[in-house]
Amino acid sequence: MDQSLLTRFQQKDPLVLGKLLREVENQTSLGYEFLKLCTTKTGNSHVIGITGPPGAGKSTLVGELCKKWSEMGYSIGVVLIDPTSPFSGGALLGDRIRMMELAKNSGVFIKSLATRGSLGGLAASTADIVQIYDAFGKDIIVIETVGVGQVEFDVMNISDTVVLINVPGLGDSIQTLKGGIMEIADLYVINQADRPGADESVRDLNMMIREKKQLTWKPPILKTVATNHEGIEELINEIENHKAYLKTSNLWNKKREERNLKRFNTQINQLFHQKINEFISTNNHIENSIVRVKEGKEDPFTAAHQIFEGFLTDHNIK
Amino acid sequence: MKIKVVMSKLGLDIHWRGALVVSRMLRDEGMEVVYLGNQFPEQIVEAAIQEGADVIGLSTLGGNHLTLGIKVVQIAREKGFNSLIIMGGVIPEDDIPLLKEAGIAEVFGPETKIENIAAFIRSHVKSGIA
Repeated sequence: MDQSLLTRFQQKDPLVLGKLLREVENQTSLGYEFLKLCTTKTGNSHVIGITGPPGAGKSTLVGELCKKWSEMGYSIGVVLIDPTSPFSGGALLGDRIRMMELAKNSGVFIKSLATRGSLGGLAASTADIVQIYDAFGKDIIVIETVGVGQVEFDVMNISDTVVLINVPGLGDSIQTLKGGIMEIADLYVINQADRPGADESVRDLNMMIREKKQLTWKPPILKTVATNHEGIEELINEIENHKAYLKTSNLWNKKREERNLKRFNTQINQLFHQKINEFISTNNHIENSIVRVKEGKEDPFTAAHQIFEGFLTDHNIK
Repeated sequence: MKIKVVMSKLGLDIHWRGALVVSRMLRDEGMEVVYLGNQFPEQIVEAAIQEGADVIGLSTLGGNHLTLGIKVVQIAREKGFNSLIIMGGVIPEDDIPLLKEAGIAEVFGPETKIENIAAFIRSHVKSGIA
């Protein structure tokens, strides 16, 4: 790798940070080379995941939080994720426009990502982007997921603190009892709390949390009106409280260990995936078998099993 | 590799559809478009650097192309950011040579076909810094 790139990164050159994030986003060899170099220099940033349904006000709230944090002297890295079109493969990334007020603020660095086929609410490169921000020395890293429904909870695997943003009027108390996204938050926020139904939403959440068995951290429920800057300070305080809790309970370190393992597993799966795809695309007789499966003449279970056996034999694996 | 475009209306230019429609069409051409709305040159370049954009797209109808438009190029190059910078909107023919001389790679007027913009971008894209 170009040594000057590394030096400029250490000197906190924004141009180089932008370039490296782009390399990592595109999973280039330069990107990986850099990720390898900076693995041991990470683990210091507080990673905060912001999730919730489309239009709940995630981006506006992230903008408000960042404004406050940078006034407090923190340097912040933001990752904003929006969906890739399943038809064209393109994307319109429209979160950044909600926080253009931050453009004059040199302590806040914002990167927009498209999901590029990932379905868990994040882009595949999100963890790598977080690592680069961390190595760059960002105190706080904010991840804003795509607008989510009920099962996109990948964000919990890479965040220290998960904040779920909801709005009033998205259903009754039954909705809060369902498994999935409702369970993963460390903090609940009812945004647009000036709309009718906010108190009912808070009440339903309260009921759900009271019935939770895990009691070491009781998730607070907050009301905000992001467009009016209401409730932001309270939210910042609770996020700070959660960080203190993570540190005293040693969960801070445990989460980092789990994250390291998870990334290792993902990498192994990816490498394996690549190998088996290579094997399939370079063996003509497999193609015939795939055509038969496609036409419904051969069952997919037997075919997959045979191809897998062939792969093992080919690589001398018993 | 996906092409990343940062799209902005120049300064206080008051129009709504044009830049958004082009953004959407570039999305349909398979590109990733970060839409900024109205912004001034400093902020446009800052956003493009942070996003690692391959292309900066500027949209203007209000006559600020020679002032603010050229300023975007100047700030970007001063900072060592070498992305492609293109412009669209209503721009007098006579001004186009001046814009190109200043470093705007291409100017797209009314009734430009989106395929032409996409093709131009694809053939000219280079990464942000060498």
